[in-house]
Amino acid sequence: MGRTLFEKLWDRHLVDTDDGGESLLYVDRVCMHERTGSIAMQSLMERGLSVRRPAHAFCVMDHTVDTQPGRGDRTRIPGGENFILSARSSAQALGLTVFDVGDEDQGISHLVSAEQGFAVPGVSLVCPDSHTCTLGALGALAIGVGASQVEHALATSCVRLAKPSVMRVTFEGQLAPWVTAKDMVLHLIAQEGAAAAKGAAVEYAGSTVGRLPIEARMTLCNMAVEFSAFTGLIAPDQKTFEYVEGRPHAPDPLPLGQWRALGTDADVEFGREIRIDTATIRPRVTWGTSPEQGVSIRGQVPEPNNADAKRALDYMGLKPGLHMQDLSVDAAFIGSCTNSRLQDLRSAAKILRNRRVAPRVAAVCVPGSTGVKRAAEAEGIDQVFLNAGFEWRESGCSMCFYAGGETFGPGKRVITSTNRNFEGRQGPGVRSHLASPEVVAASAVRGKISSPDMLI
Amino acid sequence: MRAFLTHLGIAAPLTEAGTLRRNVDTDAIIPSREMRLVSKTSLAQGLFANWRYLSPNSREPNPDFALNQADFSGTSILIAGENFGCGSSREQAVWALAEFGVRAVIAPSFGAIFARNCVANGLLTVVLEAETVQRIANWVLLNPQENQPLVDLEQEQVTAFGERLDFQTPPAERLRLLKGLDHIELTLSEDRRIEEFERNYFEVSDWVDLR
Repeated sequence: MGRTLFEKLWDRHLVDTDDGGESLLYVDRVCMHERTGSIAMQSLMERGLSVRRPAHAFCVMDHTVDTQPGRGDRTRIPGGENFILSARSSAQALGLTVFDVGDEDQGISHLVSAEQGFAVPGVSLVCPDSHTCTLGALGALAIGVGASQVEHALATSCVRLAKPSVMRVTFEGQLAPWVTAKDMVLHLIAQEGAAAAKGAAVEYAGSTVGRLPIEARMTLCNMAVEFSAFTGLIAPDQKTFEYVEGRPHAPDPLPLGQWRALGTDADVEFGREIRIDTATIRPRVTWGTSPEQGVSIRGQVPEPNNADAKRALDYMGLKPGLHMQDLSVDAAFIGSCTNSRLQDLRSAAKILRNRRVAPRVAAVCVPGSTGVKRAAEAEGIDQVFLNAGFEWRESGCSMCFYAGGETFGPGKRVITSTNRNFEGRQGPGVRSHLASPEVVAASAVRGKISSPDMLI
Repeated sequence: MRAFLTHLGIAAPLTEAGTLRRNVDTDAIIPSREMRLVSKTSLAQGLFANWRYLSPNSREPNPDFALNQADFSGTSILIAGENFGCGSSREQAVWALAEFGVRAVIAPSFGAIFARNCVANGLLTVVLEAETVQRIANWVLLNPQENQPLVDLEQEQVTAFGERLDFQTPPAERLRLLKGLDHIELTLSEDRRIEEFERNYFEVSDWVDLR
């Protein structure tokens, strides 16, 4: 009987299993950011403990940092700088690498983990952040944890976990024009429900996934947590190896023998399987306050089928039957660990070139890392965004949520390339509609929720 | 860590039009703006801030929110719909609940990271069938101060509406909660085992070791 990719990764790191069904797993890399890592490091030091393997842990400033040009440690969110200052001094005291405000390698932690070659196939990586699952796209066992568990990982190089079940989501078929990995995952979550993965490790497979570039695979895995998955995973292939090769902390030479053996064996049966014909997917947008509440852009706001949906419609200021494409937007945001990589910005820039953002639409682009920003600027992408009327920011998590301290304001309707449309996620009263960066760009131009093909 | 054996307490169902709310996320449990200090305490004021207060800039209680109502004064158990604690990994959500006085949450399912954060802090997550959870909520709502669920981790039973309802907790987590064991101390005592693993592992995969 063969094993799945997840089981191979799990077994590879298994230090011990106790009778209680809990395993001790070895952690190869510990990633932290200032928002939650600061507390973990402080707590560790208060116990008088040190980091067991400092070379395997690092801290990135991304959550509370200001993204306005010319920024320093001052934050827009009250108290935000406490987290930056604390994380910096703790990380230095513990001997960890810091990707600090103003550093050329700073960025959103999940982008930095990949760019720096900390996340590579076959490693286990924990980070006190739910979107750590993004890095499963590289064939890493990437686990989002809380502050207590990351403190545990710092002290012991291990994490205690019950082994989750495994399920596979297979995407087969062509992608219609302007359909992206974001639409694939939003389609999956809407079809199955936000709670449907029930804590299983979700392997994405199928020829469509194989054809996706690495950055798009990261988008797919990023939202595994919005599907209630333990993590998302994609078997590493030639594209993965090319992506990883030569990165600062990546192995040299690449251990290709080990990495090629990681994929799920042919004779494995998964407990649960979902198959999706991607040809049926159209560019999507959410209408509610859960990522499961979404439709295609040419669709309508549905009749609410439960109390939660009704509440969501009230919050979003919508009525059943409204056509999504008729909804005016007040703001457009491109950013976040979901969709702010170079390919996302290139793709949005293609739509924005020689076009202008509609009057009264506030539009902001926050590159996912300083490296992405630099690369985009080298291609002139910043000028395309600026000429179109977008703000062009420094990198960070920014308005994906309110920890950056900025918001578009109560009642504002925002088309956003982020991952969560929860009530108040982007600030009190903000109405967030999740979509791909291409849809965000097109909607910013038309001033209404739009697929790029609706632009003249 | 505080041990969890049994708990009898006032329960607050989080409902929308009488139905338990699904997908209550950790942003709702504690909004980002309420996390101002590098600290595991001083968070209870921010618990459910978006729902509990009339506006983001005031602490004026929203009379429609259960935890502000006299019926639910002294709440130490929450009852919710599926996927409670989904979203952000912020452990502040659990610290805020604990500081407010919540000892247990009953729901059909939980966000995975949230559930693990609860164990690390001595809070119990009780998983029961959606229908059963709704029945407990309905019973509680008849008279919240009188109809208090009894949560017994040793027996793995909730007593409510005159019935004993079995639930299951992963054995290792149950043991840690019952004894109030600290996970870090527990693992540090296994350090020899970790070193042994590491030696073999790095021999096969030396590329993992960045030294």
